Amino acid sequence: MLNIKDLRASAGGVEILKGINLAVRPGEVHAIMGPNGSGKSTLAQVLAGHPAYEVTGGSVTYLEQDLLDMEPEERAQAGVFLAFQYPVEIPGVSNAYFLRAAYNEIRKARGMEEVDSMDFIDLLEEKLKLVEWESEIMSRAVNAGFSGGEKKRNEILQLAVLEPKLAILDETDSGLDIDALRIVAAGVNKLRSQDRSFIVVTHYQRLLNYIVPDHVHVLSSGRIVRSGGKELALELEARGYEWVEAAEAMA
Amino acid sequence: MSSSVESLVNKEYKYGFVTDIESDMAPKGLSEDIVRFISARKHEPEWLLDWRLKAYRGWVKMTEPHEWPNIRYQPVDYQNLRYYSAPKTGKPFGSLDEVDPKLLETYEKLGIPLSEQKILAGVAVDAIFDSVSVGTTYKAKLAEQGIIFCSFGEAVQEHPELVRKYLGSVVPASDNFFAALNAAVFSDGSFVYIPKGVRCPMELSTYFRINTAETGQFERTLIVAEAGAHVSYLEGCTAPKRDENQLHAAVVELVALEGATIKYSTVQNWYAGDEKGRGGIYNFVTKRGKCAGANSKISWTQVETGSAITWKYPSVILQGDNSVGEFYSVAVVNGHQQADTGTKMIHLGKNTRSTIVSKGISAGQGQNSYRGLVKVLPKAAGARNYTQCDSMLIGNRCGAHTFPYIDVQNSSSSVEHEASTAKIGEDQIFYLKQRGLNTENAISMIVNGFCKEVFKELPMEFAVEAQKLLGISLEGSVG
Repeated sequence: MLNIKDLRASAGGVEILKGINLAVRPGEVHAIMGPNGSGKSTLAQVLAGHPAYEVTGGSVTYLEQDLLDMEPEERAQAGVFLAFQYPVEIPGVSNAYFLRAAYNEIRKARGMEEVDSMDFIDLLEEKLKLVEWESEIMSRAVNAGFSGGEKKRNEILQLAVLEPKLAILDETDSGLDIDALRIVAAGVNKLRSQDRSFIVVTHYQRLLNYIVPDHVHVLSSGRIVRSGGKELALELEARGYEWVEAAEAMA
Repeated sequence: MSSSVESLVNKEYKYGFVTDIESDMAPKGLSEDIVRFISARKHEPEWLLDWRLKAYRGWVKMTEPHEWPNIRYQPVDYQNLRYYSAPKTGKPFGSLDEVDPKLLETYEKLGIPLSEQKILAGVAVDAIFDSVSVGTTYKAKLAEQGIIFCSFGEAVQEHPELVRKYLGSVVPASDNFFAALNAAVFSDGSFVYIPKGVRCPMELSTYFRINTAETGQFERTLIVAEAGAHVSYLEGCTAPKRDENQLHAAVVELVALEGATIKYSTVQNWYAGDEKGRGGIYNFVTKRGKCAGANSKISWTQVETGSAITWKYPSVILQGDNSVGEFYSVAVVNGHQQADTGTKMIHLGKNTRSTIVSKGISAGQGQNSYRGLVKVLPKAAGARNYTQCDSMLIGNRCGAHTFPYIDVQNSSSSVEHEASTAKIGEDQIFYLKQRGLNTENAISMIVNGFCKEVFKELPMEFAVEAQKLLGISLEGSVG
């Protein structure tokens, strides 16, 4: 589904990703872990096409397409979804209106008919249950005045509505209390399927107790320095990031 | 990013065509003779000519204001302008069937059909072409309820007592430089009279079109709502693309008597000039309403997207006790446009209330200034004002400025002022793009959200038009 080869990227002239290699097959959940500044969030942003990052080398193939050659909205329409670490506020635009616009853009791009507001409300009711939310949230402006937890929950609601093929969760656990974490993780687990892949970017092992990954990768200074199964996350938690960084320095 | 932002706000001006029609024109220049020429062409009574001449003599002694407004332009050469231009149609105030087909075609191209089969349902239109009204729809139907909706020129002939009573009662001829100029040379405009207790059953609307080159448009609108009456009125404006600047100096006077409500909405889309800043309309307009009676209400809503220069401050004099004044504004500047706009709320009566919501959007090299005065006089006990003034910047070559003036002369009043300035964020645009929207739709959505509080004040049909103007899709159908 996704094939990243020797990906290099920089921001403001500083190289952050220094040759990332990663292959994600349909249905797999990959966790990307690493200390602050290792390039985790940059990887997520680069895959989504954030204009602040410049790709300086390598390739990314997504469903046989050159992902790096696509505009951010084309990636979204092709089924790439990024759950933001810091979801943005759009004052004056209701959550329902925003979500229906996004849903219809993606349907249009796939040659499907747009849905009207009545049908969309039915669809929403269904998806709201997934994140244990009441429909009143839909009339509030997008993320405006939302708590940190509400913003993250809103990202998972969008994920549920837009039904991507590849979902990238960028530190979705940061700033969540334990109840919100449980709700968010449960929502993600219900969305796991054979043809939907996840890249879960996180600093802490905690989230991975709830969203159990198939593969864990450790990022350090812009490179994947270690890959393994879910037990790698536990080992990291026990031994700290110095352990992999030291191992890398030795190598 | 910024190039696509600009291309959005920079959409080609659709209304820039010229109608080729023979016109009856005054010679260029301004003098007492020209004032007499205009008055004679309009078969005006002596008192009105005298009123004009007095205004003209006052104007000659005034100077064009260049000191205080935050706008820069070469002084207008008033002797190089034409003050009267009327299409050579048949007789004045005839039925719409007698209007030159070229004029009907012009309005149809502008989306304002005037012919009987196609007129807009629920909206009565007075169409003003250069200096004269070419026709008014639904006139007879409105007359059944005693409502007068006609061109100003017609009102002078048919209802001189009403015109004489209220003309200049809110904006005196000597009010300011442009108001004095208008009083001297005003050609046409709309007149609305709603009798006591009548709620006008449809939207009233005037559509202004400047056509002839080197001609100014100086219309005058007067709306009077008797006790308990209710009216909603809208004006729209366009002009051809021309390399030289054209002057539009209008005056609008509103009078609301006891318990009356006047809602006045403007969608202004005059030609703004080209990408180098050549041409475009100079829009110098004086708009003022008087809440003369207790419990009356006047509400201004404006969406200003056009003109090279906009200079206007739709204001409310809150004379009646418990009267309410409102001002909702969206002003967009792009390219080399400059806007200095805002409002004045003058609280005279007890427990008078005013609300000001101003949304300024600046793009390109545009300069947008909000200028507002809230004045509470000693007798206006318990007066309240709330002002919210937000600016949005798109790109880094534009400017937003705020000049609030607050003058409170008693101790029982409260005045609140909130202001914010935000730059449209790359992160906001990226967020929406990541959800599948292209840049154009993303910006539309952000700008639409920013202006929402003002758009919701517009009558439904015009809210749609206003949003289209900003390239914005309608929000709010869900949730």
